[in-house]
Parts: sequence; structure tokens; C-alpha cells
Amino acid sequence: MTMAGNGTNGQQYVGTRTIRPDGADKVTGRARFGADYNLAGQLIGKVLRSPHPHARIVSIDTSKAEALPGVKAVITRDDFADMPSEFIPAGEMMMNYKDVTRNVMAREKALYEGHAVAAVAATSAVIAKKALKLIDVTYDVLPHVIDVVEAMQPGAPILHDDLFTVGVEPKPDRPSNVAKRVEISQGDIDAGFKRADVIVEREFKTAPVHQGYIEPHAVLATVSEDGSAEVWVSTQGHYIVRAHCARLLGMDIGKIRVNAAEIGGGFGGKTVVYLEPLALALSRKAKRPVKMVMSREEVFKASGPTSGAVVKVKMGATKDGKFVAGWAELKYQAGAFQGSPVQPGVMCAYAPYEIEHVKVVGYDVVSNRPKVAAYRAPGAPISEYAVESVVDEIAKKLGIDPIQLRMMNAAHEGTKAAYGPKFGPLGLEETLNSIKKTEHWNTPLRKWQGRGVASGFWFNIGGETCVSLTVNEDGTVSLMAGTPDIGGLRASLAAVAADELGIPYDKVRPIIGDTGSLGFNFLTGGSRSAFSGSMAIVEAAKQIKSELCARAAKLWEMKPDEIEYAGGHVKPKVASEKVTPMSLVDFAKVAGKTGGPIGGVGRINAQGAGPSLGTHLVDLEVDPETGRVTILRYTVAQDAGKALHPAYVEGQFQGGAVQGIGWALNEEYIYGADGKLQNAGFLDYRMPVASDVPKIDAIVVEVANPRHPYGVRGVGETPIVPPLGAIANAMENATGIRFTELPMSPPKVLKALKEKYGAGGAGR
Amino acid sequence: MAKHHVEAIVNGDPVEFLCETEETLLDVLRDTLHLTGSKEGCSSGDCGACSVTLDGRLVCSCLVLGCEVGGRTIETIEGMAKGETLHPLQQRFLEHAALQCGICTPGFLVASKALLERNPNPTETEIRYWLAGNLCRCTGYDKIITAVQDAAGAMRKG
Repeated sequence: MTMAGNGTNGQQYVGTRTIRPDGADKVTGRARFGADYNLAGQLIGKVLRSPHPHARIVSIDTSKAEALPGVKAVITRDDFADMPSEFIPAGEMMMNYKDVTRNVMAREKALYEGHAVAAVAATSAVIAKKALKLIDVTYDVLPHVIDVVEAMQPGAPILHDDLFTVGVEPKPDRPSNVAKRVEISQGDIDAGFKRADVIVEREFKTAPVHQGYIEPHAVLATVSEDGSAEVWVSTQGHYIVRAHCARLLGMDIGKIRVNAAEIGGGFGGKTVVYLEPLALALSRKAKRPVKMVMSREEVFKASGPTSGAVVKVKMGATKDGKFVAGWAELKYQAGAFQGSPVQPGVMCAYAPYEIEHVKVVGYDVVSNRPKVAAYRAPGAPISEYAVESVVDEIAKKLGIDPIQLRMMNAAHEGTKAAYGPKFGPLGLEETLNSIKKTEHWNTPLRKWQGRGVASGFWFNIGGETCVSLTVNEDGTVSLMAGTPDIGGLRASLAAVAADELGIPYDKVRPIIGDTGSLGFNFLTGGSRSAFSGSMAIVEAAKQIKSELCARAAKLWEMKPDEIEYAGGHVKPKVASEKVTPMSLVDFAKVAGKTGGPIGGVGRINAQGAGPSLGTHLVDLEVDPETGRVTILRYTVAQDAGKALHPAYVEGQFQGGAVQGIGWALNEEYIYGADGKLQNAGFLDYRMPVASDVPKIDAIVVEVANPRHPYGVRGVGETPIVPPLGAIANAMENATGIRFTELPMSPPKVLKALKEKYGAGGAGR
Repeated sequence: MAKHHVEAIVNGDPVEFLCETEETLLDVLRDTLHLTGSKEGCSSGDCGACSVTLDGRLVCSCLVLGCEVGGRTIETIEGMAKGETLHPLQQRFLEHAALQCGICTPGFLVASKALLERNPNPTETEIRYWLAGNLCRCTGYDKIITAVQDAAGAMRKG
């Protein structure tokens, strides 16, 4: 693959399966992830965590720990300034730093098992662990509440005395665990149900699940005597880490330089800070570099899972299959601090469909669990699972093929979504058609086997993005992006840069720059990094091309508009014998003589992200003896808009599907009556392994997003939305039982089979 | 207590190191020998990110003590490519986009190599069960399995 590209209209590398530029380092062990960074003289930091799910912290005595030889710093709540309760922008997110500072280090109360209470930096891990045992914390243990419905009951233990439900009239006069009520509606929901010939109403329950990235959180921080700091961290957004740390520690943003390490998975879970402010505070106190790495148990207990939820859905359709009314009520766990993804859950619930009358209400509910963090299409899989289950039931009641029913109601260009906007071009119908045409859809099944289909929607976002392209002295190009690359971003961006400049792919070296190298970048999340990054590269390349045309105009004594950049060359629009076209390499050699370094910087706030819709098809088999469910076959069809790198787009589809399989069948946070997590490890929190799943067929649908130069939509999040519903629908097809609680783990399946068919499913 | 003095062979080279009794082979590889290609995902033997071979046998280096490896031979991801040439598995992982974030990749490669040394022509099911001790959260395993199958084919042809 060494041929030169032809620019935007002649794509040479975009849309092909190039080898990722960071690949060799990743397959040889060279790539440096969060925990692979070390500095001379570094200390090891460890965190003391609350053993109680809910307790007032009466006192913390650190004197014995501080006296232990080798201990260089101990920090507690006293080392962090309190923050007022107000929502202020952090990048494009709104953060309440009263909560953020309390989540990184407990103040008045410990609010969940695993809540950080103190931290130590010592000359070795062994000494740091010994020191933790010497910290004397006096707790006043309080009653706790774990379950979302119980947390909403009057008389439930209250986590925050100053939390009054927002979004209800009149304003409550006493605090509760319900942080807010949100609602979207369009049309007249009661009128809608009056028009319905068939109405299905169901209640669903989902368990909290963890993002499950294989790399635990890790950070290395060093603070100098002059107050400047440098950080190496595994994060989805190093600019966000910098912003949070600056605020929590009272430092200037410009004084903190954050380097994004290679990141070992995030899925939304590495968009917030946990260890980073602690490592900086310890380093500031000890005046030595401090390295901190979470154990897997800490990851489960103290970093964000996503919400468990209770969802009620009521849908109405006419007898010929037109959806006329959709109502839902969502209760989402936020964990110990407000901020569950209930808002996007509400907005996405009915987004795949065109429905005249919609009303969705959501509640954001705190309880004594770790604060939830974003997880791939935050909130959407839960509400859409419930709706897709009901859609399947309506199809059955009406005797309409479930793909056909979805097709009849699919949102499309011009549909007004219940959450507000009028959609541009959408690919749902194309994904349904693709699935219908597969051999998979038309293969017969046996007893105890079932087939399910479900669709899914996610918005995708753009946002603030800054990239640079620098032409080196030999005409090679350095590409710098500021959004961590988790799944092949550098390959996609290098392909775009090569095509835009008309140069070979392997002449572009993409790297992820630190926070001092580029303007602010919002994080890698919201399926935004390839979408926004490629837009910014087009902009940066445009600057280079126009600069080169201007320089050539001087050299050739022509007007700039008589010159063009095409096929990797600067040349007169009308060929002339007097001048020889110049390549980027030719220009690089004379850069100094023609005006200095050549480069472009794309600084954009990317708009026009296109929603990505997908449809999943799954076959499974239920073992009536054990309740175990085996996934036999799986096909994903999703609209990518344009796949910059088809293999990594397929990879997003496949990975999201398998995460969804885990969510549907096995994964859950299990609490004891004592409010403590009972399965904080990979043995008992069982994520899918290779032998649990089949090949995942991926069909890339491309309905171009008109607001992106290449037609790109985001693809990363939608793939986790349909699996829960598709698998629940396949379970119904296999067993005749509508499962309404996730995960559909063997004990639950076995119990349901026994109740309906007797032992071993004999009565089926 | 005094540290243990241990001599072993790592990726063909003789090494010696001192370690505490409770230090794992993974700790020694990463912190003492600076071979950070082996990753710590769980320290309980459930994720396989720290996979190495010990006298040719596939193990989780987080479940082996450093002081146990005296006189033994260890192969890590850093020893997989020979000279300038990537191992066929490494090459196929790149060609098939069998990695996204890449944190599990060293473990998968070491485990896959151990499989193909025992069974040069494994079925898809055999590959899936052999690799069931390695967690990947990004790829859904699909492209990993394809890469291993393709590498096995290429290696059989020599």
C-alpha cells in the first residue's frame, strides 16, 4: 500500500483495511499503558477504602502511618478544599464539584463500600499497604440502601441531607434519594392509547454492570517545587483529567501537563477522575513522583459501573401494526452521587421509531453504591431493551414479522424525534433490510433454540477537537491528535490525512499529543473521536494546501487561485510548460526559503454528528437441564455513515455485541444484606470469554451523514444497545417465556423453566 | 527477611534478580526486569493478560512467585519477534485488526503461540477453549480467532 492518494475525491486509504500505525508496538509489548510508566525516585500510592456502605466518618488519625519509616505522605479529606454545590461546565460536561471532590475522597460520610477515605505514598508497595493498616478511622455506621426502588421509598436511609428532587412541583420540603425527575413528551399520550387496538405493558429490571476494561486505572504524577506538574495516565480524556485536577487541587490548568498513556479499554469508565487528584496531592506533599494503580477489586468497588434500573413500558399499536403511543417510566441508579444516565435513557427509549404520542419519565436515584460512570451509549441499552422487548410482544400479538413491524415504524429522514430534533438521513431501514436478506434470518431452528431481533439508536456527538499536521523536512507528515486512541483511531486519522494530502499512508505518523501540545480536546467518548478528528484533519490539510498554493504563486509568479493542490502535487490549474508541479516532498525541501515550517492546525467544535442505528439478530439455545444459554449465531448490521477503516468499525460492532451478551446473560453486581459487593473479581463477575460466543457477523451499512466531509457517523456506542432486547426476544422464542429481568443467568432461567414446564423442561 | 537471589533464563538471556517472597513473577518481570509487555489485569489468574510460558508451559505470571523460577526458562511477549521479523501470529493480529485497545494482546499472543506449538491445526472450538483464559473486552474475540486460524495455516505451510 504505497500508492499515493488523490485527495478528498479520490480516496486511496479511507475505507481500506490499513495496518494500524501503533500496531507493531502493541503486538510486541512495547506500547506503554498507564501502569508501564515509571520515574526515578517514585513512590507507590495506595488508598484506604471504607469497609462500610454508609457511615459517618467521625475521625481519621494518620499519626501512626506517618511515623512508619518509608511513608512520605498521607492525605485525607483535610487535604482537599470543599466545593459548593453547583453545576459548572467542565469542557462540555456539567460537573458538580461538591460531589466530585467527595467521590475522590470521602468527607462527612463514606457512601459506599470502597469509598476512598485516605491515601498513602511510601517508598514501596509493601510499606504503603502496612501504612494503610495503621490509619485509625472511627466510623459511625449508618443504615444503608442498595436497591433503587427501596431508595425511593419514604423512610429509606437518606444519603445527602441537601438533596431535594429537582423537576417536581411543588419543590419538596424534605430531602430524598431522588435527585431529579426528567420528562419528554410529544402529542397526547392518552389520545394515543385510545387509538390503539393492542396495548402491551410490562415492567423490566436490569442489574448494574461494569465496563470491564482489562486495564485497571493507573496514574503517575509528579509535582515540582514551583508548583508545575506532569501526569501520565490511562484515560479517555487527558484534557478532562487536567481540568478536574486543577479545580480539585486549586492549581492553574496551564501548570498541569497530562500525557495520555496507551489506554487498555475505557468504554466510558475512564472519563472521570479517581486516582489522579490523589496522586497529585500525594506528590505535592511528598515532593516525589507518585505512582498509583488500582487492583481489580478496587476497579469493581470504586469505579463506575453503569446503572441498574427498573423500567415500565406501555406501548400501543393499531391492528395493522402502526405504533401510536409509547409511554415509559425509568428509575436509574446513580450510585452514591446524582448523575445516572437516565436523561439519555429517556431520550433514546423510542428514538428508533416514528410515534406520534410519546411520554417518557425518568428518575435519577442515589443509593449506597459506587457512583456510576458512562458505559457505551450511557442509559440507552436499558430503556431500549425494555421497549424492544415490548415491540417483539406486539409483533407476536399482531402476527406481524418483527422485522416488518420495525420497518413499518422505523424513524427516517424527516421524522421528528420525541426528544426534539427532526432527523436527517437515518439508516435503520437499511439495517433491517440487510438483516432480512441474511442467510442467518432464513435458517431453521430446533427445539429449545430461539431467534431474536432488536434495533438500537444512539445520538453520537461531535465537540471540541484540535489536531495538527506538520510537514517534516523530508515531506513526511506528523499527525497529532488530542483524543486518546482506544480502538484504531490513529489508523483512521492517518488514512484521512494521507488521502487529503495525496501522500502514502506510511508517510503519516500519527501520535496522541499531551495537553500542552494542542488546544483543548474533549474526550474520546460519544463515538466522537473518528468523526470529529477526521473533520479537523480535513481542516488542517486545507490550511496546508492553501499555504502551499500561496507559496507556489510567489515562486511561479502566478495568482494563488491559478494554482491547485491535487494528487499530492501543487500545480497550475492549467498545465504550463514554464513550471514543474511540486510534490509535498519537493516543498518540504524548500520550506525554509519559502516562508518557514509548513503545517496546519484544525481547531473545531464539530457539529452535525449523525445518529447511528443498528439491528442485531441472534440465535441461541437453552439447556433445560441447567438453564445455561448458548449463543449459537449472531449478526450485526449498523449504519456507519462511512467506515473510515472497515475492520475497526466491524470490531466496534462485534465488541459491543459481546459486551451486550455479557450484560444480557451473566454480568451483575451482587450485594449482600450487609451492603457489600460479593463478586468484585473476574472469577465471579463473569464476562464473556472466547468459548462463550460464536463468530459475530458484521454488516457495515453506509448511509452517508451529509454533515461530515466523508459521511462519517460515530459507530462505537450503538453496538451495545440492541443485544439485550435481541437476546431477550430470542429467549422468548426458545422457551415461550418473556424474561423481564437481566441478567438471564442460569439460576433464573432454570427457575422460570421449572415453573412453566416442570423439571428439565419436560412439559414443553 | 533477606531477599531471594534467583537466576533464570528470560527470552533466551540469563538474568538474575533479587525478590521478596511475596513478589510474583509478574512483579519481577515488570518492576525488576522492566519487561512491561506482560500486563496485570486482575492478579488472580482470571484475565490472562500476564500470560508467559514457564519451561514451555503456559502460565499466568501473576500466579507464580518470583522465587519459584530459579533455573527455569521463561518466554514473554518481548521474546516473540525474532530479529526484525514479527512472529506470524503478531503479523496476523495486525492484518486482521485483532486488537483494539491492545492491553490483552500480549497475553493472547503468548497463549496462541503455546497452542500452536501443541496443536498446529486447531479447530475454531479448540482455539476458543484454549483462549478462554484470556479476557478481551474490546473485540468480541471474532478477529482474534480469525487471526489465529490464519496464522496457524501460514505456519503449517512454513
